[in-house]
Amino acid sequence: MSCEPVAGAAELVLMRNNSGVSAGLLVRPKAAIADAPTIEHETKEKQDLDLPWQVIVHNDPVNLMSYVTMVFQKVFGFTREKAETHMLEVHRQGRSIVWSGMRERAELYVQQLHGYLLLATLERVN
Amino acid sequence: MEIRRQGDALELSELDPFLAELLRQIPDSTDTDGAKSAEERIFSAPANEKELRDEWKAYVQPELRRLFRTATETVSADLKPLNGSSKPFANCTLRIPVKNAEAWLNTLNQARLVIASKYGFTEAELSDHYRSPIGSRRDLSLFQVNFYGFLQEFILQEMHADEASSA
Repeated sequence: MSCEPVAGAAELVLMRNNSGVSAGLLVRPKAAIADAPTIEHETKEKQDLDLPWQVIVHNDPVNLMSYVTMVFQKVFGFTREKAETHMLEVHRQGRSIVWSGMRERAELYVQQLHGYLLLATLERVN
Repeated sequence: MEIRRQGDALELSELDPFLAELLRQIPDSTDTDGAKSAEERIFSAPANEKELRDEWKAYVQPELRRLFRTATETVSADLKPLNGSSKPFANCTLRIPVKNAEAWLNTLNQARLVIASKYGFTEAELSDHYRSPIGSRRDLSLFQVNFYGFLQEFILQEMHADEASSA
Protein backbone atom coordinates (compact mmCIF):
# COMPACT_ATOMS: atom_id res chain seq x y z
CA MET A 1 0.00 0.00 0.00
CA SER A 2 1.45 3.42 -0.93
CA CYS A 3 0.76 6.77 0.67
CA GLU A 4 1.11 9.31 -2.12
CA PRO A 5 -0.46 12.74 -1.98
CA VAL A 6 -3.60 13.04 -4.02
CA ALA A 7 -4.78 15.94 -6.11
CA GLY A 8 -8.01 16.89 -4.52
CA ALA A 9 -9.60 16.55 -1.20
CA ALA A 10 -9.86 13.47 0.84
CA GLU A 11 -12.31 12.89 3.57
CA LEU A 12 -12.81 10.15 6.05
CA VAL A 13 -16.15 8.53 5.49
CA LEU A 14 -17.95 6.36 7.93
CA MET A 15 -20.23 3.84 6.36
CA ARG A 16 -22.74 1.68 8.09
CA ASN A 17 -23.47 -1.76 6.75
CA ASN A 18 -24.96 -4.98 8.03
CA SER A 19 -21.82 -6.02 9.87
CA GLY A 20 -21.26 -2.70 11.58
CA VAL A 21 -19.49 0.55 10.80
CA SER A 22 -16.49 0.76 8.48
CA ALA A 23 -14.27 3.71 7.62
CA GLY A 24 -12.76 4.61 4.28
CA LEU A 25 -11.05 7.45 2.43
CA LEU A 26 -13.13 9.09 -0.23
CA VAL A 27 -11.10 11.13 -2.71
CA ARG A 28 -12.81 13.75 -4.79
CA PRO A 29 -11.16 16.09 -7.37
CA LYS A 30 -10.87 19.71 -6.25
CA ALA A 31 -12.85 21.00 -9.19
CA ALA A 32 -15.66 18.70 -8.47
CA ILE A 33 -15.81 19.95 -4.91
CA ALA A 34 -15.73 23.61 -5.91
CA ASP A 35 -18.32 23.44 -8.67
CA ALA A 36 -20.73 20.83 -7.58
CA PRO A 37 -23.86 22.06 -5.91
CA THR A 38 -24.45 20.86 -2.41
CA ILE A 39 -27.06 18.17 -2.42
CA GLU A 40 -28.62 17.35 0.87
CA HIS A 41 -30.40 14.07 0.80
CA GLU A 42 -33.49 13.59 2.86
CA THR A 43 -32.46 11.17 5.57
CA LYS A 44 -35.45 11.50 7.83
CA GLU A 45 -36.80 8.07 7.04
CA LYS A 46 -33.53 6.37 7.89
CA GLN A 47 -33.31 8.34 11.12
CA ASP A 48 -36.88 7.35 11.95
CA LEU A 49 -35.96 3.73 11.61
CA ASP A 50 -32.95 4.13 13.88
CA LEU A 51 -34.71 5.91 16.72
CA PRO A 52 -35.91 3.68 19.52
CA TRP A 53 -39.60 2.88 19.71
CA GLN A 54 -41.67 1.55 22.56
CA VAL A 55 -44.30 -1.16 22.56
CA ILE A 56 -47.05 -0.21 24.97
CA VAL A 57 -49.88 -2.42 26.18
CA HIS A 58 -53.02 -0.66 27.37
CA ASN A 59 -55.61 -1.83 29.86
CA ASP A 60 -58.73 -3.56 28.66
CA PRO A 61 -61.13 -4.80 31.34
CA VAL A 62 -62.34 -7.64 29.11
CA ASN A 63 -58.99 -9.38 28.76
CA LEU A 64 -58.34 -11.74 31.65
CA MET A 65 -55.27 -11.08 33.77
CA SER A 66 -54.11 -14.68 33.35
CA TYR A 67 -54.57 -14.39 29.58
CA VAL A 68 -52.48 -11.20 29.37
CA THR A 69 -49.74 -12.87 31.44
CA MET A 70 -49.72 -15.87 29.09
CA VAL A 71 -49.49 -13.59 26.03
CA PHE A 72 -46.49 -11.69 27.47
CA GLN A 73 -44.73 -14.99 28.12
CA LYS A 74 -45.44 -16.26 24.59
CA VAL A 75 -44.61 -13.08 22.68
CA PHE A 76 -41.63 -11.76 24.63
CA GLY A 77 -40.41 -14.93 26.33
CA PHE A 78 -40.81 -13.28 29.74
CA THR A 79 -40.64 -15.38 32.88
CA ARG A 80 -43.99 -15.77 34.60
CA GLU A 81 -42.90 -13.28 37.29
CA LYS A 82 -41.87 -10.62 34.78
CA ALA A 83 -45.00 -11.19 32.72
CA GLU A 84 -47.15 -10.78 35.84
CA THR A 85 -45.32 -7.58 36.80
CA HIS A 86 -46.13 -6.02 33.41
CA MET A 87 -49.68 -7.35 33.51
CA LEU A 88 -50.24 -5.76 36.91
CA GLU A 89 -48.75 -2.49 35.66
CA VAL A 90 -51.25 -2.54 32.80
CA HIS A 91 -54.07 -3.34 35.22
CA ARG A 92 -53.18 -0.72 37.84
CA GLN A 93 -51.66 2.10 35.79
CA GLY A 94 -53.53 1.61 32.55
CA ARG A 95 -50.44 0.86 30.47
CA SER A 96 -47.05 -0.74 30.52
CA ILE A 97 -44.01 -0.36 28.28
CA VAL A 98 -43.22 -3.96 27.49
CA TRP A 99 -40.42 -3.52 24.97
CA SER A 100 -38.31 -0.84 23.31
CA GLY A 101 -35.98 -0.95 20.36
CA MET A 102 -35.97 -0.70 16.58
CA ARG A 103 -39.18 0.21 14.84
CA GLU A 104 -39.38 -2.82 12.58
CA ARG A 105 -39.27 -5.22 15.50
CA ALA A 106 -41.65 -3.07 17.52
CA GLU A 107 -44.17 -3.31 14.68
CA LEU A 108 -43.78 -7.07 14.64
CA TYR A 109 -44.44 -7.29 18.38
CA VAL A 110 -47.51 -5.07 18.13
CA GLN A 111 -48.81 -7.24 15.30
CA GLN A 112 -48.34 -10.34 17.46
CA LEU A 113 -50.06 -8.67 20.42
CA HIS A 114 -52.98 -7.67 18.19
CA GLY A 115 -53.12 -11.29 17.06
CA TYR A 116 -53.85 -12.12 20.70
CA LEU A 117 -56.34 -9.22 20.78
CA LEU A 118 -54.42 -7.12 23.29
CA LEU A 119 -54.61 -3.35 23.03
CA ALA A 120 -51.07 -2.49 21.99
CA THR A 121 -49.47 0.51 20.32
CA LEU A 122 -46.01 1.60 19.32
CA GLU A 123 -44.68 5.03 20.16
CA ARG A 124 -41.44 6.79 19.43
CA VAL A 125 -39.22 7.34 22.47
CA ASN A 126 -38.92 11.05 23.18
CA MET B 1 -71.61 -28.76 34.04
CA GLU B 2 -68.36 -30.48 34.82
CA ILE B 3 -65.07 -29.58 33.24
CA ARG B 4 -61.89 -31.61 33.49
CA ARG B 5 -58.83 -32.80 31.66
CA GLN B 6 -59.20 -36.23 30.07
CA GLY B 7 -55.97 -37.31 28.38
CA ASP B 8 -55.36 -35.13 25.34
CA ALA B 9 -58.69 -33.36 25.61
CA LEU B 10 -60.57 -30.97 27.84
CA GLU B 11 -63.95 -32.46 28.58
CA LEU B 12 -67.07 -30.46 29.31
CA SER B 13 -69.68 -32.91 30.52
CA GLU B 14 -73.18 -32.63 31.97
CA LEU B 15 -73.78 -29.69 29.66
CA ASP B 16 -77.37 -28.58 30.01
CA PRO B 17 -79.16 -27.27 26.89
CA PHE B 18 -78.68 -23.63 27.94
CA LEU B 19 -74.89 -23.87 28.30
CA ALA B 20 -74.67 -26.05 25.19
CA GLU B 21 -76.46 -23.29 23.29
CA LEU B 22 -74.04 -20.67 24.62
CA LEU B 23 -71.16 -22.82 23.41
CA ARG B 24 -72.79 -23.20 19.98
CA GLN B 25 -73.00 -19.42 19.80
CA ILE B 26 -69.25 -18.85 20.24
CA PRO B 27 -68.36 -18.68 16.51
CA ASP B 28 -71.30 -16.41 15.63
CA SER B 29 -70.50 -14.18 18.59
CA THR B 30 -67.15 -13.27 17.02
CA ASP B 31 -69.00 -11.58 14.15
CA THR B 32 -68.88 -7.82 14.58
CA ASP B 33 -71.99 -7.47 12.36
CA GLY B 34 -70.46 -4.25 11.13
CA ALA B 35 -70.72 -2.69 14.61
CA LYS B 36 -68.12 0.07 14.51
CA SER B 37 -67.16 -0.16 18.19
CA ALA B 38 -66.57 -3.92 17.93
CA GLU B 39 -64.67 -3.61 14.66
CA GLU B 40 -62.46 -0.89 16.15
CA ARG B 41 -61.74 -3.01 19.19
CA ILE B 42 -60.86 -6.18 17.29
CA PHE B 43 -58.71 -4.25 14.82
CA SER B 44 -57.34 -1.60 17.14
CA ALA B 45 -55.03 1.16 15.92
CA PRO B 46 -51.29 0.44 16.26
CA ALA B 47 -50.24 4.10 16.65
CA ASN B 48 -51.36 7.71 16.35
CA GLU B 49 -49.53 8.35 13.06
CA LYS B 50 -51.93 8.28 10.13
CA GLU B 51 -49.34 6.85 7.77
CA LEU B 52 -48.70 3.88 10.01
CA ARG B 53 -52.42 3.33 10.58
CA ASP B 54 -53.06 3.28 6.83
CA GLU B 55 -50.21 0.83 6.25
CA TRP B 56 -51.53 -1.33 9.06
CA LYS B 57 -54.99 -1.39 7.55
CA ALA B 58 -53.62 -2.37 4.16
CA TYR B 59 -51.07 -5.00 5.13
CA VAL B 60 -51.56 -6.20 8.71
CA GLN B 61 -55.34 -6.28 9.13
CA PRO B 62 -55.89 -8.85 6.36
CA GLU B 63 -53.38 -11.12 8.13
CA LEU B 64 -55.15 -10.65 11.44
CA ARG B 65 -58.52 -11.39 9.82
CA ARG B 66 -57.12 -14.64 8.46
CA LEU B 67 -55.69 -15.56 11.86
CA PHE B 68 -58.99 -14.90 13.64
CA ARG B 69 -61.00 -16.75 10.99
CA THR B 70 -58.75 -19.82 11.19
CA ALA B 71 -59.13 -19.94 14.98
CA THR B 72 -62.91 -19.58 14.71
CA GLU B 73 -63.11 -22.37 12.12
CA THR B 74 -61.18 -24.69 14.44
CA VAL B 75 -63.64 -23.98 17.25
CA SER B 76 -66.62 -24.45 14.92
CA ALA B 77 -65.28 -27.88 13.95
CA ASP B 78 -64.82 -28.85 17.61
CA LEU B 79 -68.39 -27.76 18.36
CA LYS B 80 -69.95 -29.92 15.65
CA PRO B 81 -70.83 -32.77 18.07
CA LEU B 82 -73.19 -30.34 19.81
CA ASN B 83 -75.21 -29.86 16.64
CA GLY B 84 -77.95 -32.16 15.52
CA SER B 85 -78.32 -34.06 18.77
CA SER B 86 -81.11 -36.64 18.67
CA LYS B 87 -82.06 -35.58 22.20
CA PRO B 88 -81.99 -31.78 22.08
CA PHE B 89 -82.96 -31.33 25.73
CA ALA B 90 -80.61 -33.93 27.19
CA ASN B 91 -77.31 -33.05 28.82
CA CYS B 92 -74.34 -33.62 26.57
CA THR B 93 -70.53 -33.73 26.57
CA LEU B 94 -68.02 -31.78 24.53
CA ARG B 95 -64.39 -32.73 24.04
CA ILE B 96 -61.88 -30.04 23.09
CA PRO B 97 -58.53 -31.40 21.86
CA VAL B 98 -55.68 -29.82 23.84
CA LYS B 99 -53.88 -29.05 20.56
CA ASN B 100 -56.72 -26.64 19.78
CA ALA B 101 -56.42 -24.79 23.09
CA GLU B 102 -54.85 -21.67 21.55
CA ALA B 103 -57.56 -21.45 18.89
CA TRP B 104 -60.18 -21.68 21.65
CA LEU B 105 -58.50 -18.98 23.73
CA ASN B 106 -58.35 -16.70 20.72
CA THR B 107 -61.93 -17.31 19.62
CA LEU B 108 -63.33 -16.96 23.12
CA ASN B 109 -61.47 -13.67 23.45
CA GLN B 110 -62.82 -12.45 20.12
CA ALA B 111 -66.35 -13.34 21.22
CA ARG B 112 -65.98 -11.66 24.63
CA LEU B 113 -64.53 -8.48 23.14
CA VAL B 114 -67.17 -8.24 20.42
CA ILE B 115 -70.07 -8.78 22.85
CA ALA B 116 -68.60 -6.36 25.41
CA SER B 117 -68.06 -3.72 22.71
CA LYS B 118 -71.57 -4.07 21.31
CA TYR B 119 -73.16 -3.68 24.76
CA GLY B 120 -70.62 -1.22 26.11
CA PHE B 121 -70.16 -3.09 29.38
CA THR B 122 -68.41 -1.10 32.07
CA GLU B 123 -65.48 -2.39 34.11
CA ALA B 124 -67.78 -2.58 37.14
CA GLU B 125 -70.28 -4.74 35.25
CA LEU B 126 -67.54 -7.03 34.00
CA SER B 127 -66.19 -7.45 37.54
CA ASP B 128 -69.59 -8.23 39.02
CA HIS B 129 -69.74 -12.01 39.09
CA TYR B 130 -72.65 -12.08 41.53
CA ARG B 131 -75.13 -10.30 39.30
CA SER B 132 -78.82 -10.95 39.82
CA PRO B 133 -80.60 -13.51 37.58
CA ILE B 134 -80.75 -12.92 33.85
CA GLY B 135 -83.64 -10.59 33.11
CA SER B 136 -82.72 -9.01 29.81
CA ARG B 137 -80.71 -9.55 26.64
CA ARG B 138 -78.00 -7.38 28.16
CA ASP B 139 -77.86 -9.58 31.28
CA LEU B 140 -77.66 -12.67 29.09
CA SER B 141 -74.79 -11.17 27.10
CA LEU B 142 -72.92 -10.32 30.29
CA PHE B 143 -73.41 -13.87 31.49
CA GLN B 144 -72.10 -15.07 28.12
CA VAL B 145 -68.96 -12.91 28.49
CA ASN B 146 -68.37 -14.31 31.99
CA PHE B 147 -69.05 -17.91 30.94
CA TYR B 148 -66.59 -17.64 28.07
CA GLY B 149 -64.10 -16.06 30.49
CA PHE B 150 -64.53 -19.02 32.83
CA LEU B 151 -63.70 -21.38 29.95
CA GLN B 152 -60.64 -19.30 29.11
CA GLU B 153 -59.45 -19.53 32.72
CA PHE B 154 -59.80 -23.29 32.70
CA ILE B 155 -57.95 -23.68 29.39
CA LEU B 156 -55.17 -21.39 30.65
CA GLN B 157 -54.83 -23.41 33.85
CA GLU B 158 -54.50 -26.61 31.84
CA MET B 159 -51.92 -25.07 29.49
CA HIS B 160 -49.95 -23.81 32.47
CA ALA B 161 -50.10 -27.24 34.09
CA ASP B 162 -48.82 -28.78 30.84
CA GLU B 163 -45.89 -26.36 30.70
CA ALA B 164 -45.04 -26.97 34.36
CA SER B 165 -45.04 -30.73 33.90
CA SER B 166 -42.89 -30.61 30.75
CA ALA B 167 -40.36 -28.18 32.31
